[in-house]
Amino acid sequence: MRAYLRHPFWQAVGLFVLAYLVIVFVIPMLPGSAMVPSSVVLQYMATVLVGILIWVSDDEARWTTFKEPLHEVLIQPRLKLVRNGLLAAVTLVVGCLTYSQVKASVAAPPNLRSIHPAPPSQITFRGKTITLVGLENPLRKQGELAPHVAEGRRIYYQNCVPCHGDHLDGQGHFASGFNPLPANFQDNGTIAQLTESFVFWRIAKGGPGLPREGTPWNSAMPAWEDFLTEDEIWSVVLFLYDQTGWKPRTWEVTAK
Amino acid sequence: MAHVFALVQAAADSAAAYRDFPVIGSRAAIWIAAEIHLMFAAFVLGVPIFAVVAEAIGIFGKDQRYDRLAKEFTRLLLIAYSATAIWGAVFVFLLSTLYPRFWAYLTAIFGVSMWVYVSIFFFESFTLYLYYYGWDRWKQGRAKIVHWCLGILLNIWGTAVMFIADSWLTYMMTPPRDITPETSPASIKLWHAILNHTWMPINIHRLIGNVVFGGAIVGAYASYRFLAAKTDEERAHYDWMGYVGNFIAISALIVLPFAGYWLGREIYQYDQSMGITMMGGFMSWLWVIQAFLIAVLFLAGNYYLWVGMGRIPGAERFRPYTKWLLVVLVLGALVWGTPHTMIADSRELAAMGGSHHPLLGALGVMSAKNTAVNLMILSTFLSFLLYRRANIRQVVPWAKTGTRIQAAMFVIAAGVVLFFGIRGYFVEAIVRIGYSVYQVGAVLACIVFVTVIDVLMARGAQSLGAIQWGKMPPRSQYALFILAVTFTWLMGLMGFARSGIRQHWHVWQVMQDTTPYAATPALGYAAIMISTCVLIFLSLVGFIFWLGGLAEKSTFVPSTEAPHVGH
Repeated sequence: MRAYLRHPFWQAVGLFVLAYLVIVFVIPMLPGSAMVPSSVVLQYMATVLVGILIWVSDDEARWTTFKEPLHEVLIQPRLKLVRNGLLAAVTLVVGCLTYSQVKASVAAPPNLRSIHPAPPSQITFRGKTITLVGLENPLRKQGELAPHVAEGRRIYYQNCVPCHGDHLDGQGHFASGFNPLPANFQDNGTIAQLTESFVFWRIAKGGPGLPREGTPWNSAMPAWEDFLTEDEIWSVVLFLYDQTGWKPRTWEVTAK
Repeated sequence: MAHVFALVQAAADSAAAYRDFPVIGSRAAIWIAAEIHLMFAAFVLGVPIFAVVAEAIGIFGKDQRYDRLAKEFTRLLLIAYSATAIWGAVFVFLLSTLYPRFWAYLTAIFGVSMWVYVSIFFFESFTLYLYYYGWDRWKQGRAKIVHWCLGILLNIWGTAVMFIADSWLTYMMTPPRDITPETSPASIKLWHAILNHTWMPINIHRLIGNVVFGGAIVGAYASYRFLAAKTDEERAHYDWMGYVGNFIAISALIVLPFAGYWLGREIYQYDQSMGITMMGGFMSWLWVIQAFLIAVLFLAGNYYLWVGMGRIPGAERFRPYTKWLLVVLVLGALVWGTPHTMIADSRELAAMGGSHHPLLGALGVMSAKNTAVNLMILSTFLSFLLYRRANIRQVVPWAKTGTRIQAAMFVIAAGVVLFFGIRGYFVEAIVRIGYSVYQVGAVLACIVFVTVIDVLMARGAQSLGAIQWGKMPPRSQYALFILAVTFTWLMGLMGFARSGIRQHWHVWQVMQDTTPYAATPALGYAAIMISTCVLIFLSLVGFIFWLGGLAEKSTFVPSTEAPHVGH
């Protein structure tokens, strides 16, 4: 057993299996984690495999020892049974993998989704032209913030909560009916990365106002400019940041 | 109704403005011609930098090997130069015949600079001829210095040519803000158009990129000749050449991301929607692929060094450390390649609660990426350092203290990188962006100071034996091939990203592309096009390498007393 543990070939096999177990089983078990998508598993395993191959072959002595079992299995007459079994197993595995890749499935195929549509530099809101570049939330300069946040909370719970949820985490009652799921504002990858003007634009124009580039978009978000005033949308934006604790992305001083 | 008018207008515009190329279409034809011209241009601009530096080392370091190396590459340059000019002509003819209205627009603004361009190109060609054909004639004393100055002049011409061509393409991306669709091109001042937002960042990015590319192609050439070598002497020479190529490519690669960062920043400053399209929108997947390819570069570059330690007496002292460097590099590659928005099916999306993984998603943002890449750069630098020190033992009395100071610098740099990487998660985006400057600063400072200490420590060092050049397993040479192929592929890929963010504009928000090809291509189509260009280019380069070999065979006189250094 100890000889196997010290042998580079079996160490390499062991490391590869260990990496697979960590990625597929251990990471999902960590607190707050979830299953790792198969595309990422593939990517991680390819990287690990390259790393292992580098390790076994960057030293001549280790490389020679590493190849020994492979060499023996392929040429030793006494290992004929192992050789045939291995060839059959490899063929079978490749066949199964190929079948699983090409077989018909009822699941929708995974798609590459552009998560940040590029905003236009200006939009028209009910006939009024608004320049988004460099734009700050105007309500932040209008007296106390608390009444605006309260107003935003009221509007949010009247209009947004069915999809974006009570906790602003995209888990509203209707959420499971959508693919992709409604935006999770608690996630550090959504409003935490955006300027308030970007969030304003998304709420105002919704799915129909997404740019022509990057189509097809999957968004059931209505264009809220048809239902809410400009100030109402800004107050919802304030509420989203206030409630989640995220700070909106700010503009660079030089940006005009 | 507006759409109908737009369509009618587009049809009317297109009738006189465009012609189509048979079978593959205009866009594909232009794409191939432009990309291959660019790759050859990078080759003929990068290699002279390489050659002139090698010649200088030969002159001032009195090492004839470098002189032979420089000459060998200048010979390849002659053939590559013709290929560059041919592809340039193909590109211009295609552009002027397939996109006549756009071509007329560009020439109306840049006509004068185009005349200057061809003039400089003319001088550049003849300087190259003088440089190559005068090599053996001017090889002694002052004449040699004059010859070296010709090499510098060749680089000046080359850089000037590139700067001029860069102004045309950067104008297409970021025309000055006061230029609108109504602005008559004849009224636009030439210097105003040249001095646009991305002109200088692209110039610098390409200049460094060309050095990387030149080094990588030199490495690939050396590996090809190494694998084909018949004698130990030849093998030793090409092994050494491959090392030099790899050293230059990786050294320049280390600073390339900073120039790229500047370019990206300028794009954001010019137009945030263009920046978001590039980094966060539908071009963002290119960056995941890029991260993966750059990880391949780091891994292949380090692998080559580690295998190379097998031919250095004394390197066995450092072998135990390389596996830890590998661990850092693999972990760095894993983090760097982790996408923020993951490709997932509906079941996986539901389990993750969206397209961001609740835990791994944290690795998909810039704080993690910057930390990973900076630690990978530090590890690669440490590999170089170990390689450099492998066959020497320092004799200066402060050697131990010096090594401790170096170790402390590595620890401090890694600490700064990790600290700002982690802190980046807890501050707002605008502050986080600034942190990358501290991370990069710490890494660069470490590289500079550790190198200075190392050079001082190596004075009068005791040798543990000469490097046994040529005693390299063939698999190490494939690492050099991987480097050259990956660099070429990366150039095609990121060139597409840069050009593609203009979307359906010939000149961003000034002149619209109204051909049927105006839609931004899907990533799969782009990948096929880029790979095709890379294949064509590498096949032609392979042919040039073969020609180089033919030329040398006729003059190669093998030494009768070659030392036995081979396997």
